[in-house]
Amino acid sequence: MSSGNVTGDHKAAAGGGDRARQAAAPGRLDLRALAPFLALAVLLVLGAFVNDNFLSLANLTNVATRSAFIAIIAVGATFVIASGGLDLSVGSMTAFVAGTMILFLNTGSLDGSGMLLFAAMAMAIGVGALCGLGNGLITTVGKIEPFIVTLGTMGIYRALTIYLAEGGSIAIKSQPLRTLYRPAYFGDVLGVPVPVIAFLVVAALGAFLLYKTPFGRHVVAVGSNEDVARYSGIPVGRVRTLTYILQGVCVAIAVLLYVPRLGAATSTTGLLWELQAITAVVIGGTALRGGVGRIWGTICGALILEVVGNIMVLSDLVSEYLIGAVQGAIIIIAMLVQRSLMRRQ
Amino acid sequence: MMRKLLIGAFSLALAGLAAGSAGAADKKVTIAVSIPAADHGWTGGVVFHAERAAKLLEANHPGLKIIVKTSPDGASQANALEDLSTQGIDALVTLPHNSDELTDPIRQVKAKGTFITVVDRALSDNTVADLYVAGNNPELGRVAGDYMKEKLAGGGDIVVIRGLPIVIDEERQKGFDDAIAGSKIKVLDKQFGNWSRDDAFKVMQDYLSKYQKIDAVWCQDDDMAVGVLEAIKQAGRKDIKFVVGGAGMKEMIKRVADGDAMIPVDVLYPPAMVATALELTVANFYDQVPVRGSYILNATLVTKDNAMEYYFPDSPF
Repeated sequence: MSSGNVTGDHKAAAGGGDRARQAAAPGRLDLRALAPFLALAVLLVLGAFVNDNFLSLANLTNVATRSAFIAIIAVGATFVIASGGLDLSVGSMTAFVAGTMILFLNTGSLDGSGMLLFAAMAMAIGVGALCGLGNGLITTVGKIEPFIVTLGTMGIYRALTIYLAEGGSIAIKSQPLRTLYRPAYFGDVLGVPVPVIAFLVVAALGAFLLYKTPFGRHVVAVGSNEDVARYSGIPVGRVRTLTYILQGVCVAIAVLLYVPRLGAATSTTGLLWELQAITAVVIGGTALRGGVGRIWGTICGALILEVVGNIMVLSDLVSEYLIGAVQGAIIIIAMLVQRSLMRRQ
Repeated sequence: MMRKLLIGAFSLALAGLAAGSAGAADKKVTIAVSIPAADHGWTGGVVFHAERAAKLLEANHPGLKIIVKTSPDGASQANALEDLSTQGIDALVTLPHNSDELTDPIRQVKAKGTFITVVDRALSDNTVADLYVAGNNPELGRVAGDYMKEKLAGGGDIVVIRGLPIVIDEERQKGFDDAIAGSKIKVLDKQFGNWSRDDAFKVMQDYLSKYQKIDAVWCQDDDMAVGVLEAIKQAGRKDIKFVVGGAGMKEMIKRVADGDAMIPVDVLYPPAMVATALELTVANFYDQVPVRGSYILNATLVTKDNAMEYYFPDSPF
């Protein structure tokens, strides 16, 4: 039930954001912004047919909670992609930030678990921001394609994590600390899981930043046409770099929710999350070439990805060998439906 | 019984090593170890045990030099093999990234008269390896299946989380299926968890939504067992009696030793097999012990009684 309400909030907020941007067409329903939500609704109906337990509160809560990592990372990716960039390093960065955060927790350098945890969280955000700054500076100052830069840092962050873990896993050693931190993933406020609240807050902040501030307008302007943006006096390099820092911070926020779940970072942490984040962004209606950003669509995209996976496991229709193919087909069909809606407009 | 025999034989060999080393201690032998880089828990364990065994063996044999080299993928392992063999090595102990790509590079090393020991993944051409040391994948499935059959003799509903769709996984699955064939155990579902904690967590959450009663879980790998246990804990479900993993990760071995009801056993597929391979290879040079052939380690069922034998607190895995 809570998930149903969540979707409702998305719709309202997404409509609001897009209305602000598309003041030229007042009163007209924006199908483009609505399309991902329609796709999600169709999937929810499909899921209900496939298995009776799909619409159970426990299942929907699980799915919404699980999608938090990709949703939060994808909010950052929305900024990067809207400004015409790309970040392939987010999955590895997740592993690296999680690894360093747990290593810091394990030093136990501060008295009192609460203080230690707080310091570790602050440090994680800092590390994430620095990783993003690295990506941003190499891209803008070095004038290298972001695809190549972040492909490089993807390898670097992953290898550093494996090095720190000595090939194994990095786990929180102190059991009381784990117990203290556990509610950050498994806890809830009035029935709404903490990670869901977290991604709604991150999305709301992201939407505000993208739609209501000069920085947000600069991001879209840089993504639409870099030269025009530069002639208009927009500091293109700085805007680009800031989007990567924002991406790093989003990764770190996702890590704050990831670490309490299994209490460990391994070499498979965040594997292929970059592709999931980019897929969520594109399903949500943000163009890969830049110039358009849809935060609430992105959140919806992340939910769609997780719901598709959930339906696959809950159904008995598909052999376990073919799940990947069906998942891929569903995503492509969702995109085709979206495109046809846009053309009709 | 078989296991006891093997252990007995092995300790005899070790005793032989100690005795033999006195006479031929200053004999100069260089052994290269080429293994995959630590890209997940198990390969991390391989690297740890290769280095640990190398240190021990070098201490026991003053003339012995062991070079351990890790490679992130098949192509760079092929390059590493060339580099190693130009340094003049007497033996190569290698866990190849994949069989097809590396059979020829290893054959070239052999052509220079090098003794070849292949670990875990057999080459496409069986004649290349002088010594083959490996775990037993069909056995891993069978031992887990037999345990399930014994514990759920009166029947039970189980769910399975598989690894990745590759040969190793197929062999394990087949061993398991054969073992439980004809029993009253009903496999409710099989899905891939990609040998990842996070994916296994998700799959288990979905299983728990889908099925109101699950008696046991077979997840083939200890990393995945971590995710499975967390999902069960979150759901607060009491119907699941136990989880059977595999490989022998130290955290799970510890749970078995501590008598954890959820992890009553583990099935070995030890990364330490690389150490077995090194010991045997060294024995070939210093002790005139015949070692050529295949040495297949049993997929031992680790129980509370023998768990401490397989517990390496310093290992990353």
